[in-house]
Amino acid sequence: MLEARELACLRGERVVFAGVSFRVAPGAALMLTGANGAGKSSLLRLLSGLLPPAAGALLWEGADALVDRAEHARRLRFLSPQDALKPALTARESLAFAARLQGGGGVETALEALGLLSLADLPVRLLSTGQRRRLALARLALTPTAQLWLLDEPTLGLDAASVAQLGGLLARHRERGGAVVAATHLSLPLPGADELRL
Amino acid sequence: MSGRPWLALLLQELRLAARHPGDSLAAVLFFVLVAALFPFGSGPAPDALARLAPGALVASALLAALLPLDRLFGADAEDGTLDQLLLSGLTPAALAAAKATAHFLTTGAPLLLATPAAAAMLQLPLPAWPVALASLGLASAFLSLLGTAGAALTLGARRGGVLLPLLVLPLAVPAVIFGAAAIEAAAAGLPARPMLLLLGALVAAALPLAPLAAGAALREG
Repeated sequence: MLEARELACLRGERVVFAGVSFRVAPGAALMLTGANGAGKSSLLRLLSGLLPPAAGALLWEGADALVDRAEHARRLRFLSPQDALKPALTARESLAFAARLQGGGGVETALEALGLLSLADLPVRLLSTGQRRRLALARLALTPTAQLWLLDEPTLGLDAASVAQLGGLLARHRERGGAVVAATHLSLPLPGADELRL
Repeated sequence: MSGRPWLALLLQELRLAARHPGDSLAAVLFFVLVAALFPFGSGPAPDALARLAPGALVASALLAALLPLDRLFGADAEDGTLDQLLLSGLTPAALAAAKATAHFLTTGAPLLLATPAAAAMLQLPLPAWPVALASLGLASAFLSLLGTAGAALTLGARRGGVLLPLLVLPLAVPAVIFGAAAIEAAAAGLPARPMLLLLGALVAAALPLAPLAAGAALREG
């Protein structure tokens, strides 16, 4: 459903990458690997529409994906390396805001999916690094579900049990026909994923 | 563009401001303190102060309203929230409009509460107080809109916090002129309505233009 054709990315004067092409089918997963600065995060931002490509095309179901960026944004969830959380809000409030912003719900299910129910009423500033990451990941489980998940270092700071929870979330998403593109240095619970080395 | 995500963002901004009341309070105290400096500088003679009062009130309020502007998008850009907002399906201009509204409600409106204190220190005649409130309300709304565009433009600039006032204050000059003139007219017993209407026209012009400019800057950022 997502196809990249000869994508290129410039940062200042420097060419980060060029000629990147791939396809992601429903239910498939693509792992982006490569050294620091190879452009994994830039490619994810480019796929999300946050960063315009310097050259090449991004297609969704065969049509240019970036013509209507708001429409493209509704098709995807983007997990940035930062957790996008406000220290003063509780875990439940943070998720409730994300849900209202996308006009959906499912806050309690999302909290449960990442094992955060017991922490739901704690302010984010009291949560540990790994707990914050789980809270950021819980956004993926909100409704309405998006077809494409773009994950930048999703397992950053997670313990083994949390990686397993994430694995369950990813598996259910792919069973529903959703696609995943993830950038990582670590191994991810994405069985049968293709690898793109930048 | 649907209204519910927009309202959700505005309410979120207000909730965050309520969790950090110090930010709004700092702007209010800054406003009162700057206004209090004028009597020290010009001497306590009521006539001299009353002549200074209109300009001093408007200038102090605008300076105070500038204070929280450099964090308007900066905090969200650092913690990744801005990416989530830009990907929420809200247009960047709608996002900027929500930010400007929140800035007005959490900074401009509290300044109005402190206006009587500042007006009393500056010996502004009592009959001119209602016009002073109207004038400061409109002037700070104008600054919220202008400042949002400025904050979006200077986002990510190395000295954004310094650049922002240099960019925004010159553009705010018309608001100072009409705002002070309205208060001056009211203090002299003349009708202030024409000046307030001109100030209102400024706000009406900035209302669509500033969010569009801010949105364009955010999209490129």
